Amino acid sequence: MYFGLSLEGEALSERMSKEKPMIPGQKNRKGAKPRSPEWADGLKLLYDSVVDEPLPDSFAQLLDKLDDPSHG
Amino acid sequence: MLPRPAIDPVSFKRELTGVIPHLRAFARGLCGRPDLADDLVQETLLKAWAAQERFEPGTSMRAWTFVILRNAYLTDMRRNRFRADYDETVAERILVAPAAQEGPMHLSDMHRALLTLPPERREALLLVGAGGFSYEEAAQICGCAVGTIKSRVGRARAALTVMIESGQIPRRSTADAVAHTAIMGELDHTVLHGQQNARESGTLTRE
Repeated sequence: MYFGLSLEGEALSERMSKEKPMIPGQKNRKGAKPRSPEWADGLKLLYDSVVDEPLPDSFAQLLDKLDDPSHG
Repeated sequence: MLPRPAIDPVSFKRELTGVIPHLRAFARGLCGRPDLADDLVQETLLKAWAAQERFEPGTSMRAWTFVILRNAYLTDMRRNRFRADYDETVAERILVAPAAQEGPMHLSDMHRALLTLPPERREALLLVGAGGFSYEEAAQICGCAVGTIKSRVGRARAALTVMIESGQIPRRSTADAVAHTAIMGELDHTVLHGQQNARESGTLTRE
């Protein structure tokens, strides 16, 4: 069964194929374990989609504030 | 025992800054709502900053801060901060409402499916399947045995596979109830340790 995933309109399968070839279950040694489910790359993409988001300024501002000794 | 060598503040700040995107991704996966997830990250940064002399230079800043974030999350959960706060902001990413069986699956579907998992399995799967931590690292972050992590990841994967392959991903309208009943049921069971939340749990039980 095939599930085309999409991120903001772009099909997940296309996005993945741009980055790297999808080899389901490649992390598992041959015959050792059942191969990764087909959605496993989607989980990684879900995580990476947040990692790749531009960082709101509030975080740098917080650290700068903490780093400023004059600011208690 | 010799005191640990403290990391210099400049390096600490740089490393801490470097893991913020990962903290955001982990928090988003745990609690669903982007704004609350970012609040959680801010809280984590404050705590990490205050505890910086406890960070061992050369070890993983990401793993160290994930422990802090995880503890902050569990504390907030106990205070009901995230209760009933899951809303459709995640689901708003859906561009086309997928049909259960044949439509495209979006990242928001994946996220909603993830949010229905009990928190312990969800975080285990996030750490290993999304964050790329080894079972050993994930076990350290969660403070449990490696075998426990393997078991949680296995159960999480099995549950998601069933959900996805059968097209039983909770739709937007029911995500709330399904996710929260699952999450809070598990939390009440494992985290609250006798604290009485029967009243709130009762309100979450929907027909």
